[in-house]
Amino acid sequence: MTLFTTTTTVLAAGGEEVSGLDLFIPPWYDIIGSAVVMAIIGFFFYKKILPTFMAILDERTAKIEGGLNKAEEAQAEADALLAEYKAQLSEARTEAGRIREDARSEAGDIVSDARSKAAADAERIVDTAKRQIEVERQTAAVSLRNDVGALATELASKIVGESLEDSARQSRVVDRFLDDLEASQVANAVKGK
Amino acid sequence: MQIVAAAVLIILFLLAARRAKLVPGRGQNVAEMALDFVRVNIAEEILGHNARKYLPMLTTMFFAILAFNITGIIPFLNIAGTSKSSLPIVIALWTFLVYLSSGVKRFGVGGYLKNQLFPPGIPKFLYILITPIEMLQVFLFRPMTLALRLTANMVAGHLLLVLCFTATNFFLFHPSLGMKLLSPVGLTAGLAFTLFEILVAALQAYVFTLLSAVYISMAIEEEH
Repeated sequence: MTLFTTTTTVLAAGGEEVSGLDLFIPPWYDIIGSAVVMAIIGFFFYKKILPTFMAILDERTAKIEGGLNKAEEAQAEADALLAEYKAQLSEARTEAGRIREDARSEAGDIVSDARSKAAADAERIVDTAKRQIEVERQTAAVSLRNDVGALATELASKIVGESLEDSARQSRVVDRFLDDLEASQVANAVKGK
Repeated sequence: MQIVAAAVLIILFLLAARRAKLVPGRGQNVAEMALDFVRVNIAEEILGHNARKYLPMLTTMFFAILAFNITGIIPFLNIAGTSKSSLPIVIALWTFLVYLSSGVKRFGVGGYLKNQLFPPGIPKFLYILITPIEMLQVFLFRPMTLALRLTANMVAGHLLLVLCFTATNFFLFHPSLGMKLLSPVGLTAGLAFTLFEILVAALQAYVFTLLSAVYISMAIEEEH
């Protein structure tokens, strides 16, 4: 340092002690001193300062990359979930539509079933009624015939009974009948003459 | 003086590194911005995927040069560590050795020399011209220009500052009044050049490191 201060003073004053090329050819001890200083600086930079900062830099990069990856993963997961939900939703919608359709057709089936059943019931009831009516009619006819027979017989017996009781009237009826018969024979014979 | 600058540099970065956390504080942010500048704008831009291997070297270079440059405008130090040719020579030799050894490690001695001295894709007869030029380039000009550029820049900056402040002083104590009035001009110029020197200090550190990266990349690339 002292040496250089003098050198500079000399230079500034334009002296002759150090001039020209000598300015650029330093003494050996100066070079060695500079080398030692550089070695010291280099030692700290190589061994301590740069490794520390590079480690921090790498760590930060790793952190950021990790964070980015995590964010990407989360994004992908969210996308997958969304797609799944959408699929489920549309599935549910189709299913609901299908169920509604089913219900509608089933309802139609039920209605037509009920209608045909009702029609069949009605027919059956009508048939039964008709058959019953027929049976009753026959029963009525049979019993009527019996009744009519009985009544007729009773009436006839009544009529016959009465006439048989009154033999005089009977003999009169028979007489009249015979007379009528005779008369009609005579008339026929006259006419035949 | 070199020791002071080196100590300040190391202590600053150790402080930042000691409390380094995943979520950076203020100090760590500044340190990371500075380190990222070297890593991204120099190492990765020039060397691409090879950057990581040479990053410590380039980082050391950049901050050492910056620290020793900036001493030129710090009161009581007042002289850039790099305006003494020894430090630039040491760093340039470092670059020189690293790019030679990287090239040799990658292509072998013969392969590296052939790659550098007989660049492919050039008509044969031009090698008469090209080869001596490339030889001078690789073995002499590159390290020399690195060291010279830095030293000369810092010396020139120092001379300008000394000139401005000496002039201020000279005019201020000059007997005539007219000359006294010129003193503030010198001071203003000194202020301007001090600010300019800050720029130059950063710029030269950047240029030195960038060129080192370029030379290394030239040595290890297949074609250049």
